Amino acid sequence: MTDPSRFGVYGGRFVPETLMAALEELERGFRTIVPGKKFQEEMKYYLHEYAGRRTPLTFCRNVSRDFGCRVYLKREDLLHSGAHKLNNALGQALLAKFMGKHRLIAETGAGQHGVATAIAGAVLGMQVDVFMGEEDIRRQKLNVSRMKMLGARVVPVSSGSRTLKDAINEALRDWVTNVATTHYLIGSVVGPHPFPTMVRDFQTVIGNETRDQVMEKEGRLPDAIVACVGGGSNAIGIFTPFLGEDTRLFGAEAGGEGPEGRHGATLCRGRPGILHGTYTYLIQDAFGQILESHSISAGLDYPGVGPEHSYLRDSGRVSYHPVTDREALDAFLYLSRSEGIIPALESAHAVSLAEKVATGLQKDDVLVINLSGRGDKDVSQVSSMVGDLL
Amino acid sequence: MTSRIGLAFSGAGRPLLVACLVAGDPDERTSLDLMKEAENCGADIIELVMPHSDPVADGPVMQKAMQRALSAGTTPDTLFSQIRNFRSVSKTPLLVLTYANIVVQRGIATFYREAAEAGADGIAIADVPLEESDPFCVAARNEGIDPVLFISQTTSRERLERIVAGAGGFLYLVAVLGVTGAREQIDPRVIGHIRAVKAASALPVVPGFGIGTAGQVRELVRAGADGVIVGSAIVREIERTLEDPFAMREAVGGKVREMASALR
Repeated sequence: MTDPSRFGVYGGRFVPETLMAALEELERGFRTIVPGKKFQEEMKYYLHEYAGRRTPLTFCRNVSRDFGCRVYLKREDLLHSGAHKLNNALGQALLAKFMGKHRLIAETGAGQHGVATAIAGAVLGMQVDVFMGEEDIRRQKLNVSRMKMLGARVVPVSSGSRTLKDAINEALRDWVTNVATTHYLIGSVVGPHPFPTMVRDFQTVIGNETRDQVMEKEGRLPDAIVACVGGGSNAIGIFTPFLGEDTRLFGAEAGGEGPEGRHGATLCRGRPGILHGTYTYLIQDAFGQILESHSISAGLDYPGVGPEHSYLRDSGRVSYHPVTDREALDAFLYLSRSEGIIPALESAHAVSLAEKVATGLQKDDVLVINLSGRGDKDVSQVSSMVGDLL
Repeated sequence: MTSRIGLAFSGAGRPLLVACLVAGDPDERTSLDLMKEAENCGADIIELVMPHSDPVADGPVMQKAMQRALSAGTTPDTLFSQIRNFRSVSKTPLLVLTYANIVVQRGIATFYREAAEAGADGIAIADVPLEESDPFCVAARNEGIDPVLFISQTTSRERLERIVAGAGGFLYLVAVLGVTGAREQIDPRVIGHIRAVKAASALPVVPGFGIGTAGQVRELVRAGADGVIVGSAIVREIERTLEDPFAMREAVGGKVREMASALR
């Protein structure tokens, strides 16, 4: 029998003993509660009535003309909250509520997952504490205000590099301390088992809808799908229903400053190791100390990646490529002006890689880009970077 | 063959003090001096921490100590050299505590072999629970190293039995729900927990996390603890005296003496 906590050699549960009981309880809840009729009905209500699913699959006439193939965007930017993060936040918050927890904690980098958790907490009547690095709080004022507006407490993290990695450390430390009352609502397909599997399952709604929508519009499956990969939850979400098909799958990682500079391209340039409870590719030094990542987009600025992506990388099923800050910025402006859609900087990485993928496609080939979030949060950052050019 | 750690517990006739320091904090030479000072002041076992950039089981005092050590360039090479130098002048049992990625990057077998050659007696890994412990315990047994495993208040009876079966040296009983760092009070649930674990295990049961005063040490010993592990309370003395190496030695020695006196 295969170990359900592993994806090939990757994954596992590298956590202090104190957390093992909580992970076992969570896994039981995930296996027994989530498939149940009551949970599924509630989840359907929140996803459809509340969050606005299903999200459109938009055929982009202008991008298709420019790229020379049939380009669709999966519009997670149109989901309530403005990003795919809410699919997972609603799923886990609902599960936690079914399990009798009344407090949610979360980590956030750019603030999107923090906002999604704050929304889920507000609508489900649960207390929310969001851990956020001091550096990110400074950089992402808009989302900090949104979280507070939604009734969440934002806890500044001053340890380490004061960014996402340290916010996860601090959330794990809080969870160890308050494990009886609290659910740690992790925001991506990272962390110890069962998180990578559970978050994947909550995000697979993206891929399931995409599959139906492409079949409706094209009468066949897509030739290629491109998604950005930080922790990798939007990518896993859209890839999963296509893993057994012929569709070519591409992941865009944060190439940062380029081949010589700082980056967040964990799968392209990292090495396997253990961080935040899981065995996966990491950006680390020769001795196993974790190094700081860098990306123009805070959502991709993480020195680890989901363990299933490590498996998909090694097996060759998904092809991962770095996209530099500069390329992402160009794609951000390109999509804004060609289609009137301002993408999140994270999603702009996928748009950029899609342009390269398209060069190998024919006119009638179908290419889907997962537009994981909208770019409102990035507008002030981008203006300050390219203000003179606008 | 009974290990040096096992002999220390069986031979002492009293509970033991495990004094914890971070390798290379604030630098290798000072850290080595502090190990000797701790030993002279009554530490029965030294726990030496190999620092990690992301220590999720540790509170602020240990985090800062690890940052100091890493800034000073501490690597596993530093750790093993510090152990070798200590071992050349001391027979006091030595436990290494670290995080999984440090061991995995070195190569599990290599890390345990190097630790054994340097003179370490046990290794505990903060983020390796029973489910992931097999390759680490196998390497430990191959090298004659005690695989020290953790028990928490959240550990079920069934897990406890399996942990006891796999562990060596002693059982590291996590005395708080939370991370390392001295607390005002002992969690009252720990008292009953120590009794329950002792009833299930022939190995010595040694609480750690949150212990920083002589009163707390006596309370735990009354509950049946075979020793206590004191970390942050000692390491905090280093943080407090960073500007003055002489005062540092005094302060660390004083804290160890205070803890040791509660066990005699």
